[in-house]
Amino acid sequence: MLSRVADSLYWMSRYLERAEHTARLITVNLDLTLDLSHASVDQGWARAALSLGLTPPSPADAAALAQTLVFDPSSGSSSIVACIMTARENARQVREQISSEMWEQLNRLFHELKRASLTDLASTDPIEFLAKVIEGMHLFHGVTDSTMAHGEAWRFIQVGRYMERAVDIATLLRAHFHELGARDSSIDPRDHLHWIALLKSCTAFEAYCKVYTADPKPDRIAEFLLLNPEFPHSVRYAVDRLHNGLEALPDMAWTKKSSRLTRLSGRLKAALSFSQIEEIMQSGMREYLDSIQEQCGQIHAALYQIYIHYPIESAVEA
Amino acid sequence: MAPKQEIVTRSGSSPFRNYAFDSSYYDEMFEAPGVPRRHYQALYDLLLDMPGEEFRRRKQAADLSFLHQGITFTVYGREEGTERIFPNDLLPRILTDQEWRRLEKGLTQRILALNLFLSDLYHEGKILADGVVPREIVYTCKHFRRQMRGLRVPKNTYITVVGTDLIRYPNGEFVVLEDNLRVPSGVSYMLTSREVMKKVFPVLFRECNVLPIEQYPQTLLATLRALAPPGRAEPVIALLTPGVYNSAYFEHAYLARQMGIHLVEGRDLLVHNNLVYMRTTTGLQRVDVIYRRIDDDFIDPLAFRADSALGVAGLFNCYRAGNVTLCNALGTGVADDKAIYAYVPKVIRYYLDQDPILPNVETYLCSEEKERAHVLANLDKLVVKAVGESGGYGMLIGPHSTQAERAEFAKRIEADPRNYIAQPTIQLSAAPCYIDGGVEPRHVDLRPYILFDGDRVHIVPGGLTRVALRKGSLVVNSSQGGGSKDTWVLESTES
Repeated sequence: MLSRVADSLYWMSRYLERAEHTARLITVNLDLTLDLSHASVDQGWARAALSLGLTPPSPADAAALAQTLVFDPSSGSSSIVACIMTARENARQVREQISSEMWEQLNRLFHELKRASLTDLASTDPIEFLAKVIEGMHLFHGVTDSTMAHGEAWRFIQVGRYMERAVDIATLLRAHFHELGARDSSIDPRDHLHWIALLKSCTAFEAYCKVYTADPKPDRIAEFLLLNPEFPHSVRYAVDRLHNGLEALPDMAWTKKSSRLTRLSGRLKAALSFSQIEEIMQSGMREYLDSIQEQCGQIHAALYQIYIHYPIESAVEA
Repeated sequence: MAPKQEIVTRSGSSPFRNYAFDSSYYDEMFEAPGVPRRHYQALYDLLLDMPGEEFRRRKQAADLSFLHQGITFTVYGREEGTERIFPNDLLPRILTDQEWRRLEKGLTQRILALNLFLSDLYHEGKILADGVVPREIVYTCKHFRRQMRGLRVPKNTYITVVGTDLIRYPNGEFVVLEDNLRVPSGVSYMLTSREVMKKVFPVLFRECNVLPIEQYPQTLLATLRALAPPGRAEPVIALLTPGVYNSAYFEHAYLARQMGIHLVEGRDLLVHNNLVYMRTTTGLQRVDVIYRRIDDDFIDPLAFRADSALGVAGLFNCYRAGNVTLCNALGTGVADDKAIYAYVPKVIRYYLDQDPILPNVETYLCSEEKERAHVLANLDKLVVKAVGESGGYGMLIGPHSTQAERAEFAKRIEADPRNYIAQPTIQLSAAPCYIDGGVEPRHVDLRPYILFDGDRVHIVPGGLTRVALRKGSLVVNSSQGGGSKDTWVLESTES
């Protein structure tokens, strides 16, 4: 496969994951703000911005944040519209590589969003609208898995998707543990709703309850979203998939470097498999999450060095 | 003087209530007001029977399908909405088997002759020595590539993919308006509009016995494969596109997918030791045949325009060494120059010793003094075209022009006569189109796609019918507000 194609597939997938994540976060936050006092509404939006790795807006802009996060079309923005536009642009560059069904689904979603972006979010039913976006994305994943050969191209899509997910959830956790503080296992009753919102942002509330019953405790929530091996929106699950995807990528016969890539992802996978939540909480949640993000960055860099921006000299000599 | 017009049917509810029959051009559907030609009878009956509401619904379904599939083209020079769907008219343009066979013969003859012409121009130059085509006109053509002199191309095949534009005289005879021998586009619209038509009018389609065109991508692939450098048993074939911002990007991606070949951009390719490679996730892979959709000028910054960012440095040298095949060959534009066009009938006689089956449109070369005088005196009646332009740019349609436009063109012609030709304004034939809930005639042309692999000429039965959707307009180019129609060639009922 062309290196440029791998690059586009990877980013298409990352942008879509990002859009889905943002859509879910906003939905949960819109729902949450209904139950909050005015003061904490602003706080809620500030945390939402932080959870997406953005600078929190000033209180005056907090209300407009949802609108911006959904519709801001400017490039460089990480709004849902901008993410889907960029994902589509990437898909357009590799149209002959993805199935027609995938392209049509993504294109349809894009046109629906474009039509909607002419309106004000508040004047429509934002929750229903966001649900449609999320559904559209689920449809895209389903179509992808069932219409495309699970070969190299599909693996780059998987790698992009789980890379983005691992990073997104780590960022989300970081914002919550930073703001709400990791005060052992007890929970401030006023923060109760926020912790539930955190779970819901990862569609994890029901799954969490099945494991721990409906008793949200920060350490258990952290354990679930970080270390659970079975739940698709946990960091460990995402990293497992990422590692599997990277391992299945073709071997570069002419370079020994590809083993470096799986060594990096394998190390992160092992760390998540053998970590204990108590130790993490003790030695510092924030540092732990920082280290995950840093390692994800290294994996990304290695992926690019090996498959996409490799120096031509080394390829020619082999 | 207003042309004589008659309304075909007067019944208020008929979809043909606004259909003006005009004997000054050939009507594809009607012989006389209210009398459809035999091969249009089935469509005519269907339109009379189908409720307007139902038709509107199918039209919407088709448009949505085009939009969601992203069957778009790019209009340059406009910030907003650079991606547009190609307007498609739902009513098929229908040709009989008999008409088609004549076209097929005529096009085959023309393509063989033009290929021999190119080969001769870039080698011995016999036709020039014999004075059939003036040297001057060849060497002043901006698409003549002296770099191609003496370069042997595989199987002596210069033109692999050709789109020839045909129109009809008022008597129904097909004539060649121009040849597109460089990078003809539009074939994806032919293929996708067929896909959509089959969904929208399945019953009509089956009843009419339409000849299939779906084999085009496979035929193109086989053609490209046949032209691979010798000794490459399993040639790697790639389609070279200028990229996602090119107006025909949709087509490039579509064809690459249909053929299962790589869609590459210049930045994916590199040259090492006179071999062309593409950069893949498993290292560098050699490329044997490039179906290039980039103009000569941009293909190699070392050999042609140095400011090209689209091409591949060193590609021309590999080509010259015979290590890679480019389709079409470089330098083919000299044979579709609009001034050279005037000589094509002579070219056919010279190489094949046959009379041309498909005539040319009468053409005045402004480089010839007598002809130029005639052109300048009759600017209001003629169509003037710049020889190197395509896509309907740089054109003056005399009868539809203003005094100021004519004065401007007269000045341009005097300044650079070699760059202009003129032809009589021809009333293109008109085919029924679905306009505002009714059926009205609009002017059309026809572009069949011709493939040549060095041994045989293949033409899929049909082509792209382009239609000038604006009432009375004679300009069918997509860049000038034209649309397309599916083209049906009916299977012979006699055999």
